[in-house]
Amino acid sequence: MKYAYYPGCSLRGTGRAYEESLLPVFKALGVEWQEIEDWNCCGATAYMAVDEVKSCVLAARNLAIAEKAGYSDIVAPCSACYLVLNKARHYVEESKAIANTVRRALKTANLTYNCKVKVRHPLDVLVNDVGLDRIKKRVTRPLRELKVVPYYGCQIVRPYSTFDDQANPTAMDRLLNALGAELVYYPLKTRCCGGSLTGTLPEPGLLCTYILLKEAIKRQADVMSTCCSLCQFNLDAYRDKIAAKWEPVEIPVVFFSQLMGLAFGLPAEQIGLQRGFAPMKPLPAPGVAA
Amino acid sequence: MDNNNEIRIGFYICHCGSNIAGMVDVADVAQYVEKLPGVALSRHYKYMCSDPGQELIQQDIKDHKLNRVVVASCSPLLHEHTFRQATEKGGLNPFFFHMVNIREHDSWVHTDRQAATEKAKALASAAIQRVAYHKPLEMKKVPIHPDVLVVGGGIAGIHAALTLANAGKKVYLVERDPTIGGHMARFDKTFPTLDCAACILTPKMSAVGSNPNITLWSYSEVAEVKGYVGNYKVTVRRKPRYVHEDLCVGCQECIKACVYKEPKFPDEFNEGLGKRKPIYIPFPQATPQVVLIDPETCLQLKLGKCKQTCVAACADRQAIDFHQKEELKQIDVGTIILATGFKTFDAKRLAAYGYGVHQNVYTALEVERLVNASGPTGGEVVLRDGQKPKAIGIIHCVGSRDEKTNRWCSRVCCMYSLKLAHLLKEHSDPATEIYNFYIDMRTPGKGYDEFYDKLLDEGVHFIRGRVGEVTDWAFTPEEEGKLVMRVEDTLAGYVRRIPVDMVVLATGLEPHTDAQAVRRMFNMSCGSEGFFLERHPKLAPVSTFTDGVFIAGCCQGPKDIPDTVAQAGAAAAEAMALIDKKYIEQEPNTAFVDETDCSGCKSCVPLCPYSAISFVEDKKKAVINEALCKGCGTCVAACPSGSIHQNLFEDEEIFKEIEGVLAYD
Ligand SMILES: Cc1cc2nc3c(=O)[nH]c(=O)nc-3n(C[C@H](O)[C@H](O)[C@H](O)COP(=O)(O)OP(=O)(O)OC[C@H]3O[C@@H](n4cnc5c(N)ncnc54)[C@H](O)[C@@H]3O)c2cc1C
Repeated sequence: MKYAYYPGCSLRGTGRAYEESLLPVFKALGVEWQEIEDWNCCGATAYMAVDEVKSCVLAARNLAIAEKAGYSDIVAPCSACYLVLNKARHYVEESKAIANTVRRALKTANLTYNCKVKVRHPLDVLVNDVGLDRIKKRVTRPLRELKVVPYYGCQIVRPYSTFDDQANPTAMDRLLNALGAELVYYPLKTRCCGGSLTGTLPEPGLLCTYILLKEAIKRQADVMSTCCSLCQFNLDAYRDKIAAKWEPVEIPVVFFSQLMGLAFGLPAEQIGLQRGFAPMKPLPAPGVAA
Repeated sequence: MDNNNEIRIGFYICHCGSNIAGMVDVADVAQYVEKLPGVALSRHYKYMCSDPGQELIQQDIKDHKLNRVVVASCSPLLHEHTFRQATEKGGLNPFFFHMVNIREHDSWVHTDRQAATEKAKALASAAIQRVAYHKPLEMKKVPIHPDVLVVGGGIAGIHAALTLANAGKKVYLVERDPTIGGHMARFDKTFPTLDCAACILTPKMSAVGSNPNITLWSYSEVAEVKGYVGNYKVTVRRKPRYVHEDLCVGCQECIKACVYKEPKFPDEFNEGLGKRKPIYIPFPQATPQVVLIDPETCLQLKLGKCKQTCVAACADRQAIDFHQKEELKQIDVGTIILATGFKTFDAKRLAAYGYGVHQNVYTALEVERLVNASGPTGGEVVLRDGQKPKAIGIIHCVGSRDEKTNRWCSRVCCMYSLKLAHLLKEHSDPATEIYNFYIDMRTPGKGYDEFYDKLLDEGVHFIRGRVGEVTDWAFTPEEEGKLVMRVEDTLAGYVRRIPVDMVVLATGLEPHTDAQAVRRMFNMSCGSEGFFLERHPKLAPVSTFTDGVFIAGCCQGPKDIPDTVAQAGAAAAEAMALIDKKYIEQEPNTAFVDETDCSGCKSCVPLCPYSAISFVEDKKKAVINEALCKGCGTCVAACPSGSIHQNLFEDEEIFKEIEGVLAYD
């Protein structure tokens, strides 16, 4: 199966390490993908709040292009993209008015959207399509003795939880487990990272971020694993501000795909590990496949 | 009966005060019916069900030589029996009567008087046409076996069994666990009076054990049920306890002598909070007072290798038998009472409350054991981590009133949460703070709201709001190391974080996992939530749709002990009402096979939902067991050769009825 790949803006910007690690991991597992042509903004965050219908049109254009090219699934790694693309599909399905506006707008570009293409998160593709067995087989350097906090953020489970439990998602837990990592119990799995508040109202935003980092450290984790570019950015980038306000919180925060890359034996700099502010401690000597 | 075959029908239309006459022109209907063929007289009357109304029918039968009677009034469920009796008293076979429902089916559901009157005429015309074809029938009489099977030995089963046994009935009490007592045996005290559960329950348990009319089969399950009301054939599977019940005297020397010097395995009776040995007795007052051996943990049974110090301790009594096998017992009973109770909601299903993750999160049942003087801590509130709690939060409605899990109210949790709050306070440091998190306080019942008031006076905190999360992540230094309960206090109007040392989950009541299998075995129905379904929620609360099978206690739905005991008594009384009559009467509306036409195709046999049809191989014909047939008509409709008929629903009766309703003018 060939997946349509939708990078969105963040995987070319602050979340570059996500793309840098995810695509090689896909390749290593034989997952075929193709970037959809001429994609545009997903319509996320600010635009969604200002004008829902127009943001739906933006999202639907991407879906329509994927549909036209004959893809059945579109992979959106950024949680915000994943959510907005899903939301657009739901809105078009549930509201005749929105469906009409979207249809008219797309028609001007000779496109149609029929709610056929499925919006998928890479975690879903890896755990449910590729399967943990195939992933386990590909592991050459199990992450033994690496204590990892699985942190999901809010957008892949709320309001839609298409492939996991809403209150207690476990896809990333299972994936990390397959890599041989040691999971740290972390009840804040889906708690707010501060989102875009950190940019607009830093006070409460940073508090959210601080709590997540502090609790990961308290639980003696070596690293936090995320699946969302905004979460990764918030958790990684504001350490100086947090340290100034509360206490230093030195813990690396990486994408799950980077940990996969490591476990697959890919070189650190090829999977964007040099980009994080807090460096990861060196892995124990390479062992045998689990 | 009909000497010259002349049909003479008496027709009566009832005003039912203004219930019918307010919407139907009863005089007009009577006038219309009077002219129909076969009608000898037609009357309207204020209340047909009254004594004068019934006497009117009887007198008319004599005076006017009537041989059929039709009454147009309310639902047959209410008064068919009344009018059949009147017909019989007048000297006719009661099945020469037919009833038309023009109240529930007409006057109560229409608003156009003229149309309603026309409808009454159509229905009356149908009945007049049909009744001419009625044949004389007799109620069926089936004898009843006087013995009773009670399944489940909780307080419901115990009370039902004792009631029956004290009235001289023979009872088989089948209990799945090694002891009877059910949930109640695990409680310390019971709301609202706070009387000690053991003090009121164990005398009843030992009364069961010693009553000569009760055969108690613990550690047993019903394997098969065959037959029908009055004549059930039941197979009971007795699991091996590796100890002969008749030889063991309950001295427990074998337990002391077991090669395991200390108890090592999780003790089921104490909800896993305590430990037991492989040879054990569930609790000191267990009934029967007989030990048992757990094959999963006993060295001899598991590995075939052990010094068997228990056998030596038992000495001459020789009660222990490692070769004991499962036993099947066949019994005949006439009636059955199901009292299989409930299970509590699995708290792990709500991940946000951290049961099984945070060791100081407890279920209510665990706390019942924790505050129990004969429990694992001797009644002291000591947590799994050895601490004594200074703040405790009790979450109500865990797995109740929740769209994501169970929608129903479990009815006892508010009250038992109050009880546990009181007991926890009594058994801990007086300064301990106790919080109840509730959606609504539901305390209806005798002395219940007063009990709630008492708890308010005792200084227990009540916070209205469904707790969102029990977690160990801290916001402030004071929260470090605590369990934090996050809740929207809907009275104060803000989100609160309350740090505590212990969380109690008031888990709701659910049907047993095997409720569907049990339901099928006893041919009952379940409601949408999975509890056994009563025949009528108000008027037949302990009967089921299977005659002779009754339900009592929490298997019918969540309830407290007073209601459970009341139902158990009611079920016993219903069973006795059948037994003492010695036979049951059944409607004769059963199906029968006309053997001359039956081709022996067997297509009816698997269709019967009551397994009433069997196939007689040597005659190559189907036969219908009258006692089992419920008159549903499935086989009648399905028979390809048209050889199955049904009393009161024979072809000509139905066709005439249709004709009457369609072709009236
Ligand atoms: C934590 C808690 C505290 C409570 N406190 C109080 C209180 O203080 N006061 C009060 O009035 N009520 C209280 N209740 C409610 C009370 O428990 C019930 O009203 C009562 O136990 C119902 O009795 P029962 O016999 O119907 O069911 P159960 O007590 O559940 O007994 C059913 C019995 O049937 C057996 N059984 C089940 N299935 C089968 C089968 N297939 N074959 C054979 N045997 C079977 C079981 O092993 C069990 O022994 C409390 C409930 C809970 C959960």
